[in-house]
Amino acid sequence: MRPWRNPRIRALVLQALVLALVVAGFAYIVNNTLHNLGQRGISTGFGFLSTEAGFGIIQTLVPYDETSSFGRTFVVGLLNTLLVSALGIGIATLLGFAIGVARLSSNWLVARMAAVYIEVFRNIPLLLQIFFWYFAVLRTLPAPRQSLALGDSVFLNIRGLYLPSLVPQPGAWLVLAGLGLAFVVVIMIAHWARQRREATGRSFHTVNVSLLFLIGLPLIAFFAAGRPLAWELPELRGFNFRGGLILIPELMALVVALSIYTAAFIAEIVRAGILSVSRGQTEAAYALGLRPGLTLRLVIIPQAMRVIIPPLTSQYLNLTKNSSLATAIGYPDLVSVFAGTTLNQTGQAVEVIAMTMAVYLTISLAISLFMNWYNSRNALVER
Amino acid sequence: MKIARHLFAASLLLLSAGTAHAGATLEAVKHKGFVQCGVNPSLPGFSNADDKGNWTGLDVDLCRAVAAAVFGDASKVKFTPLTAKERLTALQSGEIDLLSRNTTWTLTRDSALGLHFAGVNYYDGQGFLVSKALGIKSAKELDGASICVLSGTTTELNVADYFRTNGMAYRPVVFDTGDLTIKAFEAGRCDVLTSDQSQLYGLRIKLAKPEEAVVLPEVISKEPLGPVVRQGDDEWFNIVRWTLFAQLNAEELGVGSANADEMKSSTNPGIRRLLGVEGDKGKDLGLSNDWAYAIVSQVGNYAEVFERNVGKQTPLKIERGLNALWSQGGLQYAPPVR
Repeated sequence: MRPWRNPRIRALVLQALVLALVVAGFAYIVNNTLHNLGQRGISTGFGFLSTEAGFGIIQTLVPYDETSSFGRTFVVGLLNTLLVSALGIGIATLLGFAIGVARLSSNWLVARMAAVYIEVFRNIPLLLQIFFWYFAVLRTLPAPRQSLALGDSVFLNIRGLYLPSLVPQPGAWLVLAGLGLAFVVVIMIAHWARQRREATGRSFHTVNVSLLFLIGLPLIAFFAAGRPLAWELPELRGFNFRGGLILIPELMALVVALSIYTAAFIAEIVRAGILSVSRGQTEAAYALGLRPGLTLRLVIIPQAMRVIIPPLTSQYLNLTKNSSLATAIGYPDLVSVFAGTTLNQTGQAVEVIAMTMAVYLTISLAISLFMNWYNSRNALVER
Repeated sequence: MKIARHLFAASLLLLSAGTAHAGATLEAVKHKGFVQCGVNPSLPGFSNADDKGNWTGLDVDLCRAVAAAVFGDASKVKFTPLTAKERLTALQSGEIDLLSRNTTWTLTRDSALGLHFAGVNYYDGQGFLVSKALGIKSAKELDGASICVLSGTTTELNVADYFRTNGMAYRPVVFDTGDLTIKAFEAGRCDVLTSDQSQLYGLRIKLAKPEEAVVLPEVISKEPLGPVVRQGDDEWFNIVRWTLFAQLNAEELGVGSANADEMKSSTNPGIRRLLGVEGDKGKDLGLSNDWAYAIVSQVGNYAEVFERNVGKQTPLKIERGLNALWSQGGLQYAPPVR
């Protein structure tokens, strides 16, 4: 038989051709870009990452000042994006589960309120909600001198929420070590309790005992080391409060808007998950004498999770990507700081945008991988 | 989303065939029949659209003057509103032919960004806008202040330099558009709004009570604002640069939109050369010989443009100051049409 009559060889040749075309296409684009950039006298390369940035950023999780490099602005922006995404995912999950369960409540009022919440927040564009929380809510907050105060340590005004911060003194590592030790102990207890339950069927107060260790061990270390932590209180000096921990209003508005918006979607996912568990499971649990709360926690939710997790992953990814709307209200996230100011000061659009896209891709893939792992752990184990 | 324009611009850089050569821009502009001009979306006096979509302002009039020089018709121009962050990428990628958007001439933009500033149509400097209620008299009293600033501007860098050299702390609150900046300032999010002084006057008009905010006396930087073109097209660069020079020369020679026709019969050789009655100056630029006549008769000379948009009769009430002609104590100085 001639080779082009053989379907397997033909398929291989075709695939090789397509691959070659794709590679050639990419090579053409890269080459053309470099040529264009060179011809227009635009600098190229990643050298700009080590030059001095020269601009200030309002919220930095790592040490940063105007003399830091553009590469540092990338890290600052990235961490700010991760912070807002993590906070948003955490709050949206709690809120979404609560509302999803509430919507199925047998209490008419609770179920209707949950339904109204979902329909309202799901159907208003996110950007408008962000503006609402930022401008509508911000305007009602008082100026720094008229701050709402809780004692003399917590202040809320238009510049943000000021909290006391813990400043470590020499010896503070002992407290951290105590906390670390507590975590190890808790994991061991949980492991042991589970093995015992599976072997004997007897349950153990894992949560209470864990809390005892998590609070007790660092506390013992704290007093043993001679109280190596001090409170730093925010204090009104000049225009603003200084010292302490500050949550800027941009962060608060963004986290509130993102979590309220995403929670509406998560609530629907949770409702769908719970409804997917057949009614017989609930009846069987009741017949065994389980109370409604325990039925939900031990019988319904674990089975519902199998339906919930895949769409939940999409919502987490959406929230992370939506956090780039931060730039609209001046929260210094990756898009605002790096793909905004840094891009503009250096003019290297191709490099900066490529790096920014790579970051979002990486974060999204990481979340996806984690959720897939969690899903496979929760999946139905066939025996 | 804001990032969309960057993506678009970046992809233009990726895909457009590299055919830039001298004269390409003029050819392309003539072919499509209008000048695509990048302007500020909303800055009273410099670039502002009314409720019917008519653009007015000092920067807008420069776009019109270029259209008048190229087509003999000042209306053959389309405007692309751009934020400070987007503007340079939009020009680099070829989305616009000309950027006239209160953009500061700096070394980096001239060298690393592949751009050319064709001149200075407004000499500016950075200042501070504060609420009167604060009782502040000088920028030196601003230690610890929250400062609203536009993203992607030279002002963002200047304010960092100024506070650092004076050993003061500040908290930058960075927005994309002038509108958001002034809204946040009005809401009390920041104590100070910093920008070029001309912009501060323009933005102050947007406050509910403009009289309750003052511009501090300090000017902390040089901000020469001017039209920008891409490198590598000298012909187009010359056209934009000499459009501005023609308006300045016209003011110096006393030629305005009202008397442009009668000045054509003037005996002054300088005026005759400018209006194309004598010599072939326009042809050498790649334009028709009455290019400057079209600019002056349809858009006006520099003084007319200035007074109409930002001068004492307007809400901005800006003095000529640095922007007066060199012969009247200012910095505006155009080479001769010869």
